Amino acid sequence: MEPNLATYLGLSGVLFTIGCVGVVFKRNALGMFMCIELMLNAVNLTFVAFSRYYADVHGQLFVFMVMSVAAAEAAVGLGIFIAFFRNRQSIDVDTASLLKN
Amino acid sequence: MVSTALFFLFAGFAIMCAISMVYHKNPLYSAISLVGVFISLACIYVTLAAPFIAIVQILVYAGAIMVLVVFVIMLLNLDDEPKSSRLKYLYALGGGLGLVLLAQTLFVVYAVSRTPNQAIDPNATVGNTIDIGRAMYTDYLLPVEIVGVMLLMAIVGSVVLARRLSQPALELVIDNEEERRSEELTS
Repeated sequence: MEPNLATYLGLSGVLFTIGCVGVVFKRNALGMFMCIELMLNAVNLTFVAFSRYYADVHGQLFVFMVMSVAAAEAAVGLGIFIAFFRNRQSIDVDTASLLKN
Repeated sequence: MVSTALFFLFAGFAIMCAISMVYHKNPLYSAISLVGVFISLACIYVTLAAPFIAIVQILVYAGAIMVLVVFVIMLLNLDDEPKSSRLKYLYALGGGLGLVLLAQTLFVVYAVSRTPNQAIDPNATVGNTIDIGRAMYTDYLLPVEIVGVMLLMAIVGSVVLARRLSQPALELVIDNEEERRSEELTS
């Protein structure tokens, strides 16, 4: 079976599902961050697959934008994790409950 | 034939690595598994005739972002996650969400496989660096500039966030915290 658009979309959907379930299951902020990166990559795969099948370069430019946003998100997010760890001595998201009640 | 075998090899590797990333409790093992996902996705991009995106994927994701993550894991000296005290309904919620998304994926695959889903022009090479560069600096000039400003803001923001507070500001924060604690004790 030659890989066609449907198989690429299927792979992307499976990766997105794994990332989405991981965000709910993980309690570690870094683990959640990595799951979000996985979801972004799954979306990138659909962009590249559609770009291939419509012979259109714009999908790949969108992938470039998504990667830039992911890099900015990584820089800011990891800065937040370091500040959070300094205050709480833990990176467990359940300890971030200052605004509860 | 070879491309089919390569696609299923890398797709299987990507899914295995993704599952291993969610499964492992140690953040470092998760990070290494995620690098595996990124590299196999880069190989799939090459089979999709997108060499530029494949190289950028390796450089930006497997190189820069994952090195940053591993550095943070090292700086924070994280251990395995402790035993979960989280509410059980969250696991049910996550499983249900996963099932819904998987069903949606199956529906998309079924719907797309019923349409003529072969490439319009199998010999088109839209992923060349020259094509991407031309589109980036003509049609997409403004978005590229905005992305540049956004990256600058991210640099400034991360430095401000990760910086230690100066001594007077730190004392202010500690005073506030102690006041809050004593109020909690009295109430």
